[in-house]
Amino acid sequence: MSVLALQQASAAPWGAPLLRDISLTLESGGILGLTGPNGAGKSSLLRLIAGDIPLAAGRLQLAGKPREEWPRRLLARRLAYLPQLSLLNFPYTVEEVVTMGRMPHDTGVSTDAGIVAQALAATDTANLRERLYTRLSGGEKQRVQLARVFSQVWDAGPGALLLLDEPTTALDLSHQQMVLAAVRALAERGCAVVLASHDLNLVAGLAGSVAVLQQGRIAACGSPREVFTRQLFREIFAIDVLVQRHPERDQPLVISR
Amino acid sequence: MGAILGMSGAATQGLFRNPLADPSLIGVTAGASLGAALVIVLGGNLLQGYTALTAVSIGAFAGGAVAVLFVYRLATSSSGTSVATMLLAGIAITALAGAVGSLLEFHADNDMLRRISLWKMGGMDGANYPRLLLAGLVGAALLLALPRYAGTLNALLLGESEARHLGIDVDRAKILLVGWVAVGVGTSVALVGTIAFVGLVVPHIVRMLVGPDHRVLLPASALAGAILLVVADTLARVVIAPTELPVGIITAIIGVPFFISLLRQRHYYGMQA
Repeated sequence: MSVLALQQASAAPWGAPLLRDISLTLESGGILGLTGPNGAGKSSLLRLIAGDIPLAAGRLQLAGKPREEWPRRLLARRLAYLPQLSLLNFPYTVEEVVTMGRMPHDTGVSTDAGIVAQALAATDTANLRERLYTRLSGGEKQRVQLARVFSQVWDAGPGALLLLDEPTTALDLSHQQMVLAAVRALAERGCAVVLASHDLNLVAGLAGSVAVLQQGRIAACGSPREVFTRQLFREIFAIDVLVQRHPERDQPLVISR
Repeated sequence: MGAILGMSGAATQGLFRNPLADPSLIGVTAGASLGAALVIVLGGNLLQGYTALTAVSIGAFAGGAVAVLFVYRLATSSSGTSVATMLLAGIAITALAGAVGSLLEFHADNDMLRRISLWKMGGMDGANYPRLLLAGLVGAALLLALPRYAGTLNALLLGESEARHLGIDVDRAKILLVGWVAVGVGTSVALVGTIAFVGLVVPHIVRMLVGPDHRVLLPASALAGAILLVVADTLARVVIAPTELPVGIITAIIGVPFFISLLRQRHYYGMQA
């Protein structure tokens, strides 16, 4: 049974349609990359799945059950969402912020502490645990928020779904690699991941499948190798790029000219 | 009373995700003042002694409740409750209630004017056992009720949608929190008049001491609010003894310089307001 299934889903929270005719499925452990020009609907699609904006037509099912039939807390135990922007401006410590990811769970303090420690380690934020969130740099804040959503689905296993909206925009290269490794490890334990990003090579290296959005519709969907073609970039992004094979890995490499 | 104000302040600041929020911002204080003024002017000299005090208190409580319900209605639409709209609506209600209150004062005679303005300054000189009992009951109810929302308030500080994704029924929590704050502040304004800045200053000092975790912050604010008000009340009683100064004057004199220094140094505490 698919963790996530959308059929002809559309959303129009403020009148004009933001998303139209979205159909896609994602299995346990699958990683789906979302990309597309600014305003194409990547974040809207994530917010639709997360439940921040309502479904106008079509179907949205999580593990075979319509989204709205899930009890709030049960859903929070298996669905975590990292938005692009974080509004937190109260001086919580890093550890307190990450521990909030365990709120929906009843696993007990010691289990929670263990998971928080692992999530901190996976994002290289363990050395920040006593620091105040409000005094961190942008990249450090992003890693802390990542640790929070990681801890929320850390032990959820197959059936869990993690939604990441531009998780690496503020990260340096080595921390990007670290976060990607953590996402891969989560996926290997059965968690499905949807990740929106403008970093095409990051998506190509991580995701098993890619959906390119354009004006609220899925313009192309498939494996990165099928989707990332010179013609697609010309049509959708209006740029001319070189698409080559990665010299060491079996993935396409997109180079601007 | 101080405990009620301190806790209500901490809950409001969490709810509005703004460390400068004060229960009076959501219109309760202004509405309560107007309610009291209405009773004083309309009731006129018919009301004397305890009956008058009780009637004024009920008027204040009703005014506060109406104001907060009105503000809440204004700010709530089908897509949820906007915190920014709620703050702005609170300011609008405060202005409106102030204007109507001035109009009443314009028509009031000298004796009424004096009673209105004394009541507005806030004071505990009207303390008696029925009032003490009411204050105690509301205080105890808040002490039992609000800490249950500590986790919710913590998550709300992450952002409303983040709290929702942590499995919290955000809309329900907001209604309940606004309701509790209205009860707390309404009762307190009704019993002792407007006592400035306790709801603002206390949670702030406490947050600097124990951090922003509401599981500690709420009870600690209750304790600190109680202590501050007892100190202020003692000062009020001894400064120009045997006359008792309205305690609202003392808290404002302590509170305003603190508030200003807060505005100047808020970056220091790791907050942007």
